[in-house]
Amino acid sequence: MHLEDLHAIAQQQQEADSKLEHILYVCTGTACQSSRSEEVLKAIQAELKARGLEKKCAVRPGGCQGLCARGPLANLDRGKQLYQHLTPEDAPAVVEALDGEPPARLQLDKQLPFFTRQVRVATQGGGLIDPNDLNSYIAAGGYTALLDALMHKTPAEVLQEVVKSGLRGRGGGGYPTGLKWSTVAKAAPTPKYVIVNGDEGDPGAFMDRALMEDYPFRVLEGMTLAAYAVGASYGYIYVRAEYPLAVKRLQNAIKQAQKQNLLGSNIASTPFSFNVEIRLGAGAFVCGEETALIASIEGGRGTPRPRPPYPAESGLWGKPTLINNVETIANVVPILQHGSEWFARIGTEKSKGTKVFALSGRINNTGLIEVPMGITLREIIFEIGGGIPEGKKFKAVQTGGPSGGCIPEQHLDMPVDYDSLAQVGSIMGSGGMIVMDETSCMVDVAKYFMEFSMAESCGKCVPCRVGTAQMYDLLLKISEGRATLNDLALLEALCDMVKHTSLCGLGQAAPNPVISTLRYFRDEYLAHILEKRCPAGVCQMKPEVMEVHS
Amino acid sequence: MSRVVTLKINGQDVSGREDETVLQVARENGIEIPTLCHLEGLSNVGACRLCLVEVKGVSRLLPACVTRVSEGMEVTTHSERLERYRRMIVELLFSEGNHVCSVCVSNGHCELQDTAIQLRLDHIGMPYRFPVRQVDASHSRYGLDPNRCILCTRCVRVCDEIEGAHTWDIMGRGINSQLITDMHTPWGESETCTSCGKCVQICPTGALFIKGKSVAEMTKRPDFLPYLAMMRNRKNGS
Repeated sequence: MHLEDLHAIAQQQQEADSKLEHILYVCTGTACQSSRSEEVLKAIQAELKARGLEKKCAVRPGGCQGLCARGPLANLDRGKQLYQHLTPEDAPAVVEALDGEPPARLQLDKQLPFFTRQVRVATQGGGLIDPNDLNSYIAAGGYTALLDALMHKTPAEVLQEVVKSGLRGRGGGGYPTGLKWSTVAKAAPTPKYVIVNGDEGDPGAFMDRALMEDYPFRVLEGMTLAAYAVGASYGYIYVRAEYPLAVKRLQNAIKQAQKQNLLGSNIASTPFSFNVEIRLGAGAFVCGEETALIASIEGGRGTPRPRPPYPAESGLWGKPTLINNVETIANVVPILQHGSEWFARIGTEKSKGTKVFALSGRINNTGLIEVPMGITLREIIFEIGGGIPEGKKFKAVQTGGPSGGCIPEQHLDMPVDYDSLAQVGSIMGSGGMIVMDETSCMVDVAKYFMEFSMAESCGKCVPCRVGTAQMYDLLLKISEGRATLNDLALLEALCDMVKHTSLCGLGQAAPNPVISTLRYFRDEYLAHILEKRCPAGVCQMKPEVMEVHS
Repeated sequence: MSRVVTLKINGQDVSGREDETVLQVARENGIEIPTLCHLEGLSNVGACRLCLVEVKGVSRLLPACVTRVSEGMEVTTHSERLERYRRMIVELLFSEGNHVCSVCVSNGHCELQDTAIQLRLDHIGMPYRFPVRQVDASHSRYGLDPNRCILCTRCVRVCDEIEGAHTWDIMGRGINSQLITDMHTPWGESETCTSCGKCVQICPTGALFIKGKSVAEMTKRPDFLPYLAMMRNRKNGS
């Protein structure tokens, strides 16, 4: 496989496509599949065949179109027409109207701000790539960055591109990716490893799932580029077992890339070799923490260890290890395709590029979006997200999952970047955005996240193991109207202590939902405690429960 | 040989080798930092968080047991904030299990009790959780009372690293973590246990005890451990 071969494949594909009158991509991501998109795909295929149109028109499985709330979705002729709420029974109507107007109920307005306001980098291709087909990815410009790097660039040059792009870790921490890469590159040339962290566990987050499902080849290409830059020869993709479709597609991608010599020994006949293996997580949130993830890959209990030494110095099997989030890795390919200056022009001064967010909760347009950094929360929620359903009033948006915080109305005009979010007591996190309206009780929300952190604590260090359990009990007490102001004071003291003394990020961030709701919605806590009343009407008051143990 | 560095602990000038931890250098100089999961001769896990110290220029608190000393470092081992956190950690430990000193075999010889006294803890300000935990008395010579276990994993490490049996391990996660033998079989039926008793001797509380001891009779002798570790290091030539 050489660059010329890639171009030949791409050209072939494009020529074949240009002979077709219509190409329809039906989303086959998990969300659309759950509303029968595979049957839709088959029904339309059968319908085309029945009408003898299968040579003129093609229906292909595609990736996520974003607006999951209106699924199953389909995209005709690269955005000429978008379809929503498809059912297998709609197949005749869809085929009939390929040249004209489909029924209004199936039409999705492509001019919605949801589509026009997005900037696609990690999700480049917009779901119009068959995730099961390497040639489809190559036709969309795939693997040119890798082959170009292997033939014409030194590892140091690849690394410099990433450094100059200003890319920061998309897993939540926002650590400069280039710096991480150069640390691993500088480490002693023993075997080195590259790990892609696909253990996305935040409630309400599904960005990495979509990226792995829709662009498995981009993840592989980005990983291979990373391995080339840091001098690694072996890689692992750590995916949670709850993402079976992502696992299947990644496995298929690995197989196809190996067959075409884009992965394995002497990639594209160069001296560079790189092999990839998939490891499944067993459903532990803490394994998203890098040292716990490494322990899990090694076959041990998924518990974190104190850092330093950082994985860049001593990681998997004690060797230098580069560990990046799926979205970070997916950004590497566009950076090398279009150059670091192009990437650095998107976003803000300190947060370059775009961020994929998963919108969920009380919002009209539930789904997946990719927006430039620096966009405001108001634009995301009210323009792209289409606002709150049923005319309800916005209350808060939760970013960063159980490690993040709730941001109230007054901060909606703040730009979304790593530093601004941290200032208002939340974090960028991996990209989950849960919108809450007036029917949500903030004590209940804090309790929900604390229950999650308590259940997912690994139990190694005392503050996180016992602290989260005590905080959960106190939140339960408050939500049931059994608490006193002393309990609130204890809760605040525990928040401070757990935040500053826990071993890993899970414990250090576990109090964030409580701290941020106390900061902006203290009156709700006080209503529960002093008036034994839940202002949103969510919590069941049980003040009559006898206190046995305190 | 590693380099020798000088640093300040609580304003006092001290020197240490670069491969030593803050905890080691502090103790060499008579500065006491409370610990529960640390034990000389075993690997460090940094789990109890009692040895957290403040280091100038570092925003996070660092566990002294795994933090190496470096030139010019300025360490504070005792401050109002650190003492408060340490007291809360011990309170959390007391609230987590069922610790009743007055009827415990280790009363008077218990590291958890000693730490609480050292930190001048006179009451527990958090609700007790009163977990239901079964005592394992199936072993012929020793017993395990998980009600007194603080999950420091010293027994897990001594069994794995020194005895080489790896009979002990932790099962479950979070607040439901528990100490188990083998694949959660009764201790007496364990196929890997050599009945060496090292775990009993290094257990900081009365969780692991010798059968037949009554209240306050269980004194532990962990002194064998640094000696064993030293001999092993010498044999390995380091």
